[in-house]
Formats: sequence, C-alpha cells, structure tokens
Amino acid sequence: MADKSLSKPGGTIFIKQLITSIKTQELIVKTATTLILAIGAVFIITPLLFMISTSLKDRNQLRASPPPIIPWETKTIEINGKEEPLYEVNLDGETHQMALIKNRPEGKGLFVHPDNPDEVYELFIADQKALRQVELHWENFLEALTKVPFDKYLMNTLIVTFVSMLGMLISCSLVAYGFSRFRAPWLNILFLVLLSTIMLPRQVTLIPIYVFFQKMGWIDTLLPLIVPAFFANAYDVFLLRQFFMTVPLELDDAAKIDGANPIQTFFYVMLPQARPALVAVAIFHFLWAWNDFYEPLIFLHSRENWTVAVGLQTFDALYSVNTHLIMAASVVMVLPPIILFFLAQRVFTQGVVISGIKG
Amino acid sequence: MKLLKHRLTISQQEAVWAYLFISPWILGFLIFTIGPMLASLYYSFTSYNIISAPVWKGLTNYIKLFSNDPLFWHSLKVTIKYAAMALPLNLVIGLFIAILLNQKIPGVYIWRTVFFLPSVIAGVAVALLWVRIFNARIGLLNPFLKSIGILNPPGWLQDPKWAVSSLVIMSLWSVGGSMIIYLAGLQGIPTTLYEAAKIDGANRWQRFWQITIPMMTPVIFYNLVLGLIGAFNYFTEVYVATSGTGGPVRSTLFYNLYLYQNAFRFFDMGYASAMAWVLFVIVLVVTLLVFRSSPYWVFYEGEIRK
Repeated sequence: MADKSLSKPGGTIFIKQLITSIKTQELIVKTATTLILAIGAVFIITPLLFMISTSLKDRNQLRASPPPIIPWETKTIEINGKEEPLYEVNLDGETHQMALIKNRPEGKGLFVHPDNPDEVYELFIADQKALRQVELHWENFLEALTKVPFDKYLMNTLIVTFVSMLGMLISCSLVAYGFSRFRAPWLNILFLVLLSTIMLPRQVTLIPIYVFFQKMGWIDTLLPLIVPAFFANAYDVFLLRQFFMTVPLELDDAAKIDGANPIQTFFYVMLPQARPALVAVAIFHFLWAWNDFYEPLIFLHSRENWTVAVGLQTFDALYSVNTHLIMAASVVMVLPPIILFFLAQRVFTQGVVISGIKG
Repeated sequence: MKLLKHRLTISQQEAVWAYLFISPWILGFLIFTIGPMLASLYYSFTSYNIISAPVWKGLTNYIKLFSNDPLFWHSLKVTIKYAAMALPLNLVIGLFIAILLNQKIPGVYIWRTVFFLPSVIAGVAVALLWVRIFNARIGLLNPFLKSIGILNPPGWLQDPKWAVSSLVIMSLWSVGGSMIIYLAGLQGIPTTLYEAAKIDGANRWQRFWQITIPMMTPVIFYNLVLGLIGAFNYFTEVYVATSGTGGPVRSTLFYNLYLYQNAFRFFDMGYASAMAWVLFVIVLVVTLLVFRSSPYWVFYEGEIRK
C-alpha cells in the first residue's frame, strides 16, 4: 500500500506529512516526558526545601499549618510597649500600614495607626493583608551544633570514613588485582565464594563479631568500624576487578619484560590506569561510611565516641520538639554527601561503577 | 624470591602471587565471615547473654521461634508486607523514570541529578525529615492533601494501619538509586535493535515490550535480588522513625529490628542468632527461587541462538 502511494504524484506530500507527524509525535512525547519529570522533581525537591527552610525558622513558626516553605515571619511594630503584628489596611480606598492590637468577636479586630495609637478602627481581619518579612535564623545552626558535642561526632565520623576508606582501597585493589591477573587453582571458585558473601545477611555474623570485638576490648572504640575495612569486601573487589579486566594485558607484559615483579606492576601499571575506578569506589565508600547507622549504633556506647549518624538520632530522641534544631543538624549531616555528589557528578551519572554491573 | 624461582614452576609462581594478592580477603573471610558464621550457628543452639558462657539448649530457641513467639511471625509479616509493596513500586517507578531520563530532552543531565540526589543522603537525616513531613500537626503532607480535596488524610507514621505504607513512600523518595542502574542498562541496549524494529514498522509500544523490557530483564533481575536482601536488612529508617520501638503498636516491628532488640536490648544472643539463621535460610530460599525462575523471564543477549 505504502509503495503505491509513494509512486503516485502526491507521494512526496505524503512523506512530508509523515515526517511532520513524526516530528509532532516526538514533540508530544518530549513535552509529556518533561511534564512528568517536573511533577516527579517537585516530589523530590520539596522535602529538601522543607528541611532547609525549617532549619532557618524561628521556634514560633513551627506550628504554622501548612508550614510555609519560605520562612516568613509577620512584621511587628511596637505599640505602647507591646509588639503588635503589622497589617496593610484598606481605608476608604487608601492603604495604610496599621497594627492589630486586639481581636474582636466575628473575625473583627482593632487596628491603630502606629503614629496615632489613640484612634482605633474596628475592621474585619480577613479583609486586611498581614505584612510579612523573611527572617533567616542562622543561629539555629550554632545552637544545634553546641547543644550536643557535634564537633566530636564530626571528628569521629571523619576518622572512621577516611581511615576505613584507605583500608578499603588498599585491600580491595590488591585482592581485585589477584583475582583479575593470575591463574591459580581454586581461584575462580574463591571468586564465586567472594561474590556469594554479598547475599549473606550481616546479622548472621554480627553477634559473634560483637563478642569477638568485646574480647579484644574494642567495643566503644572506633576500631570495629575501621579494622574490617582492611580485609576487603565483596562489592568493591567485584567493581575493581571488573575495571581491571578492561586494562590491556599488554601493559602488564611490557612491565614484566622490563623486569618488574607483580607488586611493581600493580603499583606502577595497574593503579595509575585504574584511577577512575578507585575514585568511584572511594566516593561510594564515603557515602556508605558517612551514612552508616547500624554498626555505629551497635559498637559505640558512650556519647563522645558516637558518629554523626548516631549522634543525630539521639539528638532527635532528646530534643524532638525542636524541629528547627533537628533540621539544622540534619542539614549539616547531608551537606558533605551533597557537595561530594555535585563535585563528582560524572562518576554517578555516567558511572564506571555501574558499568561493572552489566555483563 | 630467587630461591622460590628455582624450585617452583612458572604456573606455581603465578599461583603464589595470586594467593599473596588475595590474602587480605582470605584472612577477612576466615575472621569476619566463616568463623562468625559457625559461631552464630553454635550460639543459636544455646542460651547466651555475653556475660556468662553459652549454655547448650538444643533446639529450644528454634522451637520457641516457630511455636511460641507471635512477635517472630508478626515481624516476618511486617517485613514481607513492606517488601511486597516497596519492591514492585521501586521497580516500576525506577524503570519508568529511567526510561524518561533516557529520552533526548533539554536539560536531561539536570533532571538526572535531581532524581539521583536523595539516594546520596539516605539514612538518619532522611528519616528525621520524613517523620516531620508525615507529622499531622507540623507536617507538609496532610495540609497538601487537604488542599487537593482529601479531607481525612491518614495519620501516616502515627497510624498503625498506615505506618508501613509511610515507610514505603519514604523509600520511593530514594528511588534514584535503582533508577541510575536501570538507566545504565538502558544505555547499554544497542540502538541498532530499535532502528531495525522501526524499519519493520514497530511502534513505540511494541518497541518497548519487544526490545526494552527483554533487554532490561537482567538489570531488573539484579535490582530485584538486591531489593529483596535490602528489605530483610531494613533497619535504619524504621529505627529512627520509631525511636527503635517498631511502633505504633508494633506495626513497624521489622524482622531486623526485632532481631536487634533481642540481641542488644534483651541480650538474648542465642535467640537472636537463631533468628539470624532463620533469616539467612529465608533469604537463601527466596533468592534461589528468583534465580531458578530467571530462565523463564531473564533474557541474556548471549542466548540468542539461530
């Protein structure tokens, strides 16, 4: 059918129509896509804005319903020694700034001019517009961070995160190199064993590990959170191995001919080649260690040893009603991961890491 | 090393190097995996409170679990209820957003960033935030629902009937984590497949069901297995949202939370070990079932024959 219409004189017009209809179709799809994404983005962004704005609100603003996303405060003015809310009032077609000094029944209120407090007008409050201003309470952050020893939490978290990151990078790259570059009996089976540990629920090993750390005297120190990282983990070994496999063997051979032993080849050939993969696993480790709650909760008991995650949860348990302070502390906790995310966006959205998953 | 060279063949040398390089993991595996696994299996047959030595009790813990502990069954039910809601929703929504973000639309990188953002801050802060969004008095959600005409919104985390669903909604906020994996999968589908299908006259819908979905099944499979394990490990959010109680009225007493309470609140390590092993068997069986079912629905490109 289509062939026939093409051979007709009107065929070119038909093709043009077809193309434009494909174009409009594309346009419709793109518009719809953007629209749906925009709706989704509102669902994603609003909670974050709520967190930030609440962290900057005054305690009295917390009860407003619905909670305003912008931390508005009503403007006030001093009338006879009392702070009264300021309104924009419509009087005989003219607008005046007046203070509401008293509520009356039936939604009415008594308004006065700030300059002339003796002249009182009784008006419907709903008809007048409350004057608002944005006031940012940065002091919330100071209060939140000093109410509990946040500096200690931060220090502990940084120590745990970076020392364990170092351990993970050293051990996992060594192990991944071993699994990617050598042939040895049982090596493939051991690799499968390694992979299968991903499926092992950590509760199965947790209690004996707790007992072990207690016998070592490590409970309530940062060591249980750091030392295991030096013994490699399945996830990062797997990702690094997948990357190492893509590095051409010829490079190893060249180094070998030059007389390098495997350790030298590892340091001078493989590690420089694998930098993007190392950066990626380091970033993912940072996020994991920074956000981890389960293990610090179990292994750390006294307040001065807590990490930010445990400290924040306990802060909430103590000061739950002070939502503005809780949110300020939360902002501090989520800020480093977010900054890291924006600095290393390419790693996330293009993902050396993700390429390991396929195939 | 020189001495070794004389005595070992080249392939033996290679094996020595291999084991040298993987020795950190082998040590770690013995100290932090196999050893503790055997120990916890032993503990599960004992009564053990850490302070005094474990006392052999045979199958007592397991018998109590299955026949004399309604909370065990309840926590299992809560976990399954959560998984049954969260997994399909995460799959469908994650894949859907990934497909949208794979279109050539303006600002696509900005959109990707926005959707991925919540998954980098998962944990305590997110749970504290959502507890307040769900809050009936100071929250954001219910005033919004009222404004669009839902006059009697639920009490969310404070309502036993809605608490688990609230946690599911909370998890959907971080759907970007699985979305980014789906996106990588989508980008790995060869465009030639789509072009060939277009030439054959397949429309969008057909291309989606005949190409995208089959090519994505390995990634869906991967996310499904990880999601299942994640559901049984679910802890931080519910601990923070309920201050470790699993309330209201135990409606969010997840399996892992109940295990934690037994181990580190009641110091009943033997019982908690038995729970851990039951969990291990459950995860093993479920994962095995998913793996077994995979030939029927997971499609690997290498399998194309003739």
